[in-house]
Amino acid sequence: MKIKKILPQLLTLLFIVLVFGFFTMNAQENMSTRGLEFGFGFLNTQASFDIQFSLIDYDGSHTYARAYLVGLLNTLLVAFIGIILATLLGAIVGIARLSPNYLIRKTASFYIEFFRNIPLLLQIFFWYFAALRALPMLEDAPMLLNSSFMTIKGLYAPSPIWINFDVFFTTIIIAMIVIFFFARYAKKKQEQEGKRLPVLIISLAIFTGLPLLTFLIGGVDLSWSFPVIRQMSASSYTFDGGLKIPPELIALTLALTLYTATFIAENVRAGIQGIGKGQKEAAASIGLTPSQVLKLVVMPQALRIIIPPTTNQYLNLTKNSSLAAAIAYPDLVLVFAGTAMMQTGRAIEIVGITMATYLTISLGISLLMNWYNKRIAIQEK
Amino acid sequence: MFKYLKQLTSLVAMVAVLFTFTTETMAAKKSKTLKNTIKKDFVRCGVSQGLPGFSNADAAGNWTGVDVDVCRAVAAAVLGDANKVKFTPLSAKERFTALTSGEIDILSRNTTWTLSRDADLGVTFVGVNFYDGQGFMVRKDSGITSTSQFKNGISACTNIGTTTELNMRDFFNSKGISYEPVAFEKADEVVAAYDSGRCDTYTTDKSGLAAQRTKMTNPDDHLVLPETISKEPLGPVVRQGDAVWEDIVRWSLNVMIEAEEYGISSANASMMKTSENPAIKRLVGTEGELGSYLGLDQDWSLNIITQVGNYGESYKRNIADTGILPDRGPNNIWTKGGLLYTPPAR
Repeated sequence: MKIKKILPQLLTLLFIVLVFGFFTMNAQENMSTRGLEFGFGFLNTQASFDIQFSLIDYDGSHTYARAYLVGLLNTLLVAFIGIILATLLGAIVGIARLSPNYLIRKTASFYIEFFRNIPLLLQIFFWYFAALRALPMLEDAPMLLNSSFMTIKGLYAPSPIWINFDVFFTTIIIAMIVIFFFARYAKKKQEQEGKRLPVLIISLAIFTGLPLLTFLIGGVDLSWSFPVIRQMSASSYTFDGGLKIPPELIALTLALTLYTATFIAENVRAGIQGIGKGQKEAAASIGLTPSQVLKLVVMPQALRIIIPPTTNQYLNLTKNSSLAAAIAYPDLVLVFAGTAMMQTGRAIEIVGITMATYLTISLGISLLMNWYNKRIAIQEK
Repeated sequence: MFKYLKQLTSLVAMVAVLFTFTTETMAAKKSKTLKNTIKKDFVRCGVSQGLPGFSNADAAGNWTGVDVDVCRAVAAAVLGDANKVKFTPLSAKERFTALTSGEIDILSRNTTWTLSRDADLGVTFVGVNFYDGQGFMVRKDSGITSTSQFKNGISACTNIGTTTELNMRDFFNSKGISYEPVAFEKADEVVAAYDSGRCDTYTTDKSGLAAQRTKMTNPDDHLVLPETISKEPLGPVVRQGDAVWEDIVRWSLNVMIEAEEYGISSANASMMKTSENPAIKRLVGTEGELGSYLGLDQDWSLNIITQVGNYGESYKRNIADTGILPDRGPNNIWTKGGLLYTPPAR
């Protein structure tokens, strides 16, 4: 009886091992006939190519390992911004979908149907090659907010110059910890004594007050470096100083956000609609205001429906960011699985590393979201 | 009686089969690629995704260009028909992987011969079919006429996965100019980005600049600067480990070049059979047994010349007459002041 249970599993395992073994042997044999060697030593050699946009200090004299890190951080950056913006937009549109106002409701559903049904790559091309190409040249760009310029070569904005930034940063962390404990204390107090403390106002006061204090006594100072236009030749210009956000990043973020937000909006709508009408009516009947109904009754339950499919959308957004290669945004795929692979010829190693990296990022997001999902799930008593 | 006849025929058939096996030349036996090519009846050739003059497909899907002609020459030599080629368009990034993984058998895609590629990628360069160098293109209205006028902060569009990316860094570093590299995967995207004003300059091999200029909205608005910042010998590449196939591709290219040197063209090749010059006679197959050394027919070189033409014809048809680079410059026969010099075919 036992053998009957184990045998199919053993056979499956054997099959998988054989398949992997065959591919490995095949690759090894082919590589040795072509005089190729498997190894990761190339990561420590000089990369010799420059990258357009980097969050850390990098130029061609650094190693391939450093170039990998640049690509990885660029991927994480676009995924991070994309996830935050898509969540905000998705939540707003999802709620708008259920608005009693005809115009708002229809606009939201038109937006969803439009952006959800066009392939993402086309949308990226549209934003990069059509929309952002229509921006003015540097010398014709109007000044926005008295400091920034939106041009065909990207967004030029003032960049902050900090003195003693670490002091300021530490204070923010301290403020957050203080707020966390204060919120717990306030909740306990309300449960025990029925007294409500103005948590939001006090938290805001702590959050702004403490860091502001460092300016007065902590020696922290902030000034701005503004972009200044400079002529390079008869027809070409550039900006010196300030912060430059490349149009590739803007186009990619826009496309990913607008595309993914449609799916999140539908999740939000489904989540809210999944809560029975009776719940809302019961909450209203005990005297809760509409915003309290949403905050205390509907949302906590709706989140349970919203979170799992939204996790999928976060993963999709992260993986879709690899389409960056089409518009020259130097993400992991363009820098590492593109240029680095080409210059070193280490296809197997580099594709392997890239796959492992995406897997790790995705599993990381999954873990985080599963933990959150568990936290908000119904706790049976 | 009929019983024996049946046995006899099967015996004859067996002998015939054995005979065909033994007549298969030693070279073909040694070369897996040659054997597969003959079996498939077409040459598998990797080309660019569209670079006028080098490898470019028209609306009907017919490929033309000097790189394309190298593959056609091999098909003429091996299969006797220059049209028996299957072209695979590849991005710069994909090209070597496609070759080493066996998807294609010849990579003829304006590929620069460098030491690291030759030694480290598992491929072998068989020769040079175009001597090129990296240059810059700028908009005419910028007033720039030389790279010495480049200023800090210049943005340069280019392709990823090319020697261009490396040369560009060497160039700007040596001049001490800060620059913004904007690297795309496909050449068409580079052209679109530069054309719309995303970049101040577009850098790649000069022949590529000349060819891509024809794709701009208004070609006359752009100027290729005179400076050449690198050596870019472009040539066909094969997989490492098949010496016979390597020889076939190398000598197919050499035949085209040597044919021009001796004045043999597609028009006069058959008349040259009666030539007094032994070098010419060897090339048209009336003297010596050059083909058998490579495991090919005696007509291999004649097929190349009559079906594809000599190097000069290929250059004129693809690069000069299309207005890309009318001046042959270094891509002329050594006797006429160029760099094209092949070992003798004998």
